[in-house]
Amino acid sequence: MAAPGGTLEKMVEEVRSGAATCEERALAAVEKTRERDGRLRAYISLNERAVEEARAVDARVRAGEDLACPGLTVSVKDNICVAGMPATCASRMLEGYEPPYDATAVERLRAGGAVFTGKTNMDEFAMGLTTEFSAYGPSRNPWDADRVPGGSSGGSAVSVSAGMCDASLGSDTGGSVRNPASFCGLVGYKPTYGLVSRYGLISYSNSIEQIGPLARTVRDAAFVLDIMAGRDPRDATTVGRGPGSMLDGIEGGVAGARVGIIRQMMAGGGAPQEAAGRAASALERLGASCEEVSLGSAEHAVAAYYTITSAEAGSNLARYDGIRYGHCGIPQEGYEFHAYVSKARGRFGPEATRRLILGGFVPSAGHAGRYLLKALGVRRRLAAEIGALLERVDVLLSPTVPVLPFRIGEKIDDPVVLFTMDFNTVAANLSGRPAVSVPFGTSGGLPVGVQLMGREMGDADLLRAARALEGAAGPPAAPPGAPP
Amino acid sequence: MSPGPAAAIGLEVHCQLTGLKSKLFCPCRADYRGMAPNTNVCPVCVGLPGTLPRPNRRAVEKALQVAAALGCSTPPRLAFFRKCYFYPDLPKNFQITQLDAYGPSSAGSGGRVRSAGREVGVRRVQLEEDPGRLVYEGGRMSRGALADYNRAGVPLVEIVTEPDFAEPGEARRFLAMLAGLLRSLGSDPSLEGALRADGNVSVGGGSRVEVKNVASFHDLEKALRYEITRQRSMAARGIPVAPETRHWDEARRVTAPSRGKEEDMDYRYHPEGDIPQIEVGRDELAALAAAMPEAPPAKRERYESAAGVSPQVAEVLSSDAYCSALFDEASAGADPGDAREMANLITTDLMGLVDTAEKRKASKLTAPRIAELARAVRSGAVTRASARGALREMVRAGGGLAGTAAGRGGAVAGEEEVARAVESVMRDEPGAAAAARADPKAVNYIVGRVMAATGGRADPGTAVRLVREGLARGA
Ligand SMILES: [Zn+2]
Repeated sequence: MAAPGGTLEKMVEEVRSGAATCEERALAAVEKTRERDGRLRAYISLNERAVEEARAVDARVRAGEDLACPGLTVSVKDNICVAGMPATCASRMLEGYEPPYDATAVERLRAGGAVFTGKTNMDEFAMGLTTEFSAYGPSRNPWDADRVPGGSSGGSAVSVSAGMCDASLGSDTGGSVRNPASFCGLVGYKPTYGLVSRYGLISYSNSIEQIGPLARTVRDAAFVLDIMAGRDPRDATTVGRGPGSMLDGIEGGVAGARVGIIRQMMAGGGAPQEAAGRAASALERLGASCEEVSLGSAEHAVAAYYTITSAEAGSNLARYDGIRYGHCGIPQEGYEFHAYVSKARGRFGPEATRRLILGGFVPSAGHAGRYLLKALGVRRRLAAEIGALLERVDVLLSPTVPVLPFRIGEKIDDPVVLFTMDFNTVAANLSGRPAVSVPFGTSGGLPVGVQLMGREMGDADLLRAARALEGAAGPPAAPPGAPP
Repeated sequence: MSPGPAAAIGLEVHCQLTGLKSKLFCPCRADYRGMAPNTNVCPVCVGLPGTLPRPNRRAVEKALQVAAALGCSTPPRLAFFRKCYFYPDLPKNFQITQLDAYGPSSAGSGGRVRSAGREVGVRRVQLEEDPGRLVYEGGRMSRGALADYNRAGVPLVEIVTEPDFAEPGEARRFLAMLAGLLRSLGSDPSLEGALRADGNVSVGGGSRVEVKNVASFHDLEKALRYEITRQRSMAARGIPVAPETRHWDEARRVTAPSRGKEEDMDYRYHPEGDIPQIEVGRDELAALAAAMPEAPPAKRERYESAAGVSPQVAEVLSSDAYCSALFDEASAGADPGDAREMANLITTDLMGLVDTAEKRKASKLTAPRIAELARAVRSGAVTRASARGALREMVRAGGGLAGTAAGRGGAVAGEEEVARAVESVMRDEPGAAAAARADPKAVNYIVGRVMAATGGRADPGTAVRLVREGLARGA
């Protein structure tokens, strides 16, 4: 596995030069998974052909093909399509479904020589922040197996954190990459909306979600992002990307940069808020200037977020009726269509059901004015407010999650408490801005993450600031049993 | 039509853009006809998880051209919305369509166009995806249905008119005009299911009733007619008309209430985030309008002003792409008087002879022939009455005027020849003559026999006069 702080770039170089092979790397990933995943449950399904595929990449390398990432072992969240592997979204609804195509992000990594290790556990249809809302049971945090790994891309974070692969593709709708990255001591990156194609990402809330990498270092995350990013004719919402690599200039530091600390996200004074304060001081020592800023709309952001995401989920998940794919619920007896659909949709789990009920309500004719349209208004105001702040400062800083990883089962019964957990993360999604969670020390043996949010299409600048913060945090701590 | 309070009829028309290469949001074919079920599909149009719509710019352009031809205004930005309802022909259980509820963002709205001799308001023109098709094996009462998604995602333009038609015939003529417009834009509205219309009817300002499930324009006219009669007779008896959706029952020739609760449906419209708003520049709109083949309203204008064709004839002619093409070719460089005669021949005689797509395809009539016939009618060499017979022969066998009975018979029959024919008919059919003396309506029968005896070359006016004189003499 890649050395901490060292990078996937170096590993890829070794494969290119023949000092290592993809096959060895795939075998190592398989071995580590065998050793750790029985307990941690990062994966819903494993790629049984991973080693075989790695050998095929070795053949391409030997044939002189110039590949972007030969031998990179990548796990993929189970809501992102990999041709010929299941895509269940951790739902009984999609039991047995195998998409016939690769998501664009997967396709680009595959073309670069990446080897896919398996499909990772998640909250059902990415609705949740703990990975407890999975039809396959919860994943466990490698730092403390009794605690949640965060979510909804919890399995992705566990697979990387426990050394079962080099990097993972997650999806971030309201913090679902950053939150588990923070809980598992990783870097989690949510790109500018439209930077990475969503083609092949099974939609939950399509106007705000993005595929993003989880990796051990900022450079690793940038390396994976760089391969995936850019316009895709199959996703009309993709935007172009700047010339050059995301890694160019990533070591440029933060001297002269202005950092805004979001006051509303520093309340509470727990370990995450303290870590954010220390992170700000560290950036100042590196030559940045910090000031406190206010994001007034933040207080309505979570309500707007749940209203919009539920409305979009209502239509995005409507297609799961068991007629065309997934679990086949068509009875042999005669039946009336609507009665059948209601019954078929009984396969959704509790959290998905809760949001679908909300999603049927908020855009309905009698209520859209009071809910959905108001939420869209909040979203516009929030985006404008963040835009104004990012004219004054270069990056916005806050804790990633207001709390430390908690015990499995501790909070699952209180949706309102769970909802407040993404207070700090949803603003980036609602406003389309890029944001990243960077590990910044530990508290009581548990990792803490600090979030930076940047300008629209300012992903390279944001990664540079994240790299500086990572450097200031000192050598990364690793969970027990993980690679050195 | 039974008398009673005035009727107000509106139309909701769905036109497939069959001339495009691909569907609205994926590369599958726009014309799915003749393909085995579920072979014209891809992950996008069957709505597989993770797929996204890729808007077809050509479809957007066609919709904008339809909007422009119907006098609609187009906003600077077009948007798409999701219309949510569960139905097995809808792969995503929502339809991507347009909506003006949050400000105009459809391809067109607020249009006015002349049709059927009146100004008709066009409420909106919008672009949307066609659902798939359900096939009920063994009819609607069968226990299951088969779904075919070949049609799912085909670009569909929806046109909604204001309730500005007073007569079912006017609605039918509007549809004929639309068919002509679509043809001029490269689509083929005669293909099965390519042009579908629902109507709505109210009488005397009462409740509006939607009339659906109508297979053809012909049936639509019948359904509207039935519905107007039904509502008028209810009004006459003081029974209130319920606002509802009724389906046309083709077998029983009545409209019947639908069992579904379509009026109560809440479609939970919300923005389609997968499709960014589409900018429509004013320059682009102008270029599209300029690039558009002449649309029926413009054609009608040209026929009236250049050839002096009457407004009624110009409208009928311009609404029918086949006939207007024939007229344009025949009348090119012609004397305006001859051109008017050609227009009359085409609209009063030819349209009845070739009233289906099959008959038109089989017709051997060519433009030079119709020009020749019009000149002969104007010079008096052929009567209007015999011209119809000549047209029939030209359609059937091709060839020129000389090959027809009217042509062979030469000029209009002289008065003497007609008088001889009158005499011989009255002699051969004394019973008919007696009947005609008792009932003036029966005169027409004898006139018909006289026309036949002269091979259609008698002037009808002369024939009527001579028959009347003959009857009076014989009395
Ligand atoms: Zn398709």
